[in-house]
Amino acid sequence: MRSLIRTHATEFSLLAVIVVISTVLSFATANFFSLGNAFDLLNISAVNIIFAVGLLVVLIAGGIDISFAVAASVVQYCTVIVLGWIGGGGWVSGLLIAGSLGVLLGCLNAFLIHRFRIISIVATISTFNIYFGLLMFFTRGVSIYDLPDWLTDRVILFEHEMPDGTWIEITLPVLVMAICVAATWMLITRTTVGRQLYAFGDNPEGARRFGINIGAMQFIAFGWLGLMAGIGGLIQAHYAQEVVPNALYGRELDVLAAVVLGGARLGGGKGSVLGCVLGVLLISITQNGLNLMGVSPFAFKMIVGAIILVAITLSNTRIERLLPLVGRGTGR
Amino acid sequence: MTTILERVKTALGPEMAGPGLAFVAVLLVFGIASPQFLSAATFGSVAFQLPELGLLTLAMLLPILTGGLNLAITFTANISGLTLAWVLRENGGVDAGVGIFIVGCLLAFMVGAASGVVMGLVIAFTRAHPILVSLSMMIFLRGLGEFLTRGGDISGFPAFVGPIGHGSIAGIPVPLIVFIVCVLGWHVLLGRTKLGFNTYMIGSNLEATHYSGINTRKAIVLVYTLSGVMCAIAGIIMLARFNSVRIGHGESYLLITVLACFLGGVNPFGGFGRVIPVFVALVVLQLLSSGLNLIGANQHLATAVWGILLVGVMILRWVASRIKMSIVRRGS
Repeated sequence: MRSLIRTHATEFSLLAVIVVISTVLSFATANFFSLGNAFDLLNISAVNIIFAVGLLVVLIAGGIDISFAVAASVVQYCTVIVLGWIGGGGWVSGLLIAGSLGVLLGCLNAFLIHRFRIISIVATISTFNIYFGLLMFFTRGVSIYDLPDWLTDRVILFEHEMPDGTWIEITLPVLVMAICVAATWMLITRTTVGRQLYAFGDNPEGARRFGINIGAMQFIAFGWLGLMAGIGGLIQAHYAQEVVPNALYGRELDVLAAVVLGGARLGGGKGSVLGCVLGVLLISITQNGLNLMGVSPFAFKMIVGAIILVAITLSNTRIERLLPLVGRGTGR
Repeated sequence: MTTILERVKTALGPEMAGPGLAFVAVLLVFGIASPQFLSAATFGSVAFQLPELGLLTLAMLLPILTGGLNLAITFTANISGLTLAWVLRENGGVDAGVGIFIVGCLLAFMVGAASGVVMGLVIAFTRAHPILVSLSMMIFLRGLGEFLTRGGDISGFPAFVGPIGHGSIAGIPVPLIVFIVCVLGWHVLLGRTKLGFNTYMIGSNLEATHYSGINTRKAIVLVYTLSGVMCAIAGIIMLARFNSVRIGHGESYLLITVLACFLGGVNPFGGFGRVIPVFVALVVLQLLSSGLNLIGANQHLATAVWGILLVGVMILRWVASRIKMSIVRRGS
């Protein structure tokens, strides 16, 4: 148990913080501790978690991507237009189009990074500006509210009335999120490619000498994030029931903060799906709790920012020193 | 003759090649495309637009040279501007005197510096990644600003504030004078002072710098503090130019400052890069934007072209290194 805690220190400390915050919120507010609220939380966080697991793969492979949220906006817009051309479509064609457009944009990043040896942050800041500039230029910033019916209809996969009269429901975004999380987990922990991604992120030169195809790693990592960005973009359009060109602008930094909070290391080779999901959830739970406590929504970001800042400070100053019980026996 | 050329070459440095070429290319392309481009009006509009982006880029430059990043620059500028606005409003608003303005500016500098000090301390003492630290500071400051202003803007300043934003002295815009003074200040700081030397050393190799007896923590805290003060200057100029303060003003500049630094030949991992090439890169970006404006395109297309320009320069750099390598190989 102790070794499990030590190898998964970030996940456990995140879990501990979430438990503490949830306990406090359960006593402080009437509605926090309910299944209905828990499912609301999942519904709200679904898109961010989809983005987050995609970004996680890129971070594990030692890269960073700033452009994915804007790429998702481009995918939303293009997908809706293509769907108009082919006369409606459905979930299958929508996800296929969005997914492949996303992969395409992700592979463009990978191409620049691998072929021309551009550092990933430089390449993705460029593509961020290119995608966003072109999107705003061609759309003139006009939103699309006239979406196909199937895309805007709420899909409720499971609903149940609680004894107190509230409804709990699992909607499509949560299902898609679960599939994306499971698929990413499979990819990075249960396949050879996943192990190669970790190795590549930890030590690119070592990985190359070991016979790992570096180009393939870049295309898989950025392509996977592109796929997640595409799917997340479509789900966001479904959830918001509109396509606004600059709605996702700025989301990339929030998701990045959550993923790194979840233990992924900027620089590669480290990070887990569980930690990443917990990172996003911690931020959502905090916002949701503040909301229920009647704190002004204007103060949310301030408090969330302060919490992340404190969390980084604490997590980088030796967890063992703060938790004497766990630290005993390490001999340091 | 050759020695003079050599001296000019070393003075300009290899970083100058990219922005210098881009500068000539932009002048040529737009000079041919539009007869009005090479006119006083174009350069006048560039002179007024340059300082806003330029001051923020200077604030970004120092942390990048140490191998970090300061993502909080735009919101630090906003909060500093807000401080000045608050001091002015509490002390007579439109009737406030010059003395009050100076006190307000000093407080704004202190607020900017405070944000830098906090980031610097966390980065220096916990070794947390600067991207994450500055990101959480950004989220915190954005929240703080939204909380204080409720998302609205604050205006109503004394009449003498306006000319700081759009007045001219001897035909040179005041913001440009402020900006050029800051550029020279940074140039001297990086080239002639101990802190400048330490900044480059830390960016090249933090460990080695630490072991060679340099107080790296002090240097890092100072770098982020100066970055914060530069944000405050940008915030004051923005207040004067828009005659109002609004949280989110200049938010879209955030990633463009990073782009400008990389375009100016700054190494993304730190340690290498100089102020003057970055200045030229900024002029190129603004000229591009003005040129496209003359042709009839809008700001968003300019953003896309900025991204394409950065990719182009990076690809050219890759081609140049390939050619150099093949020459070396043939020579041996």
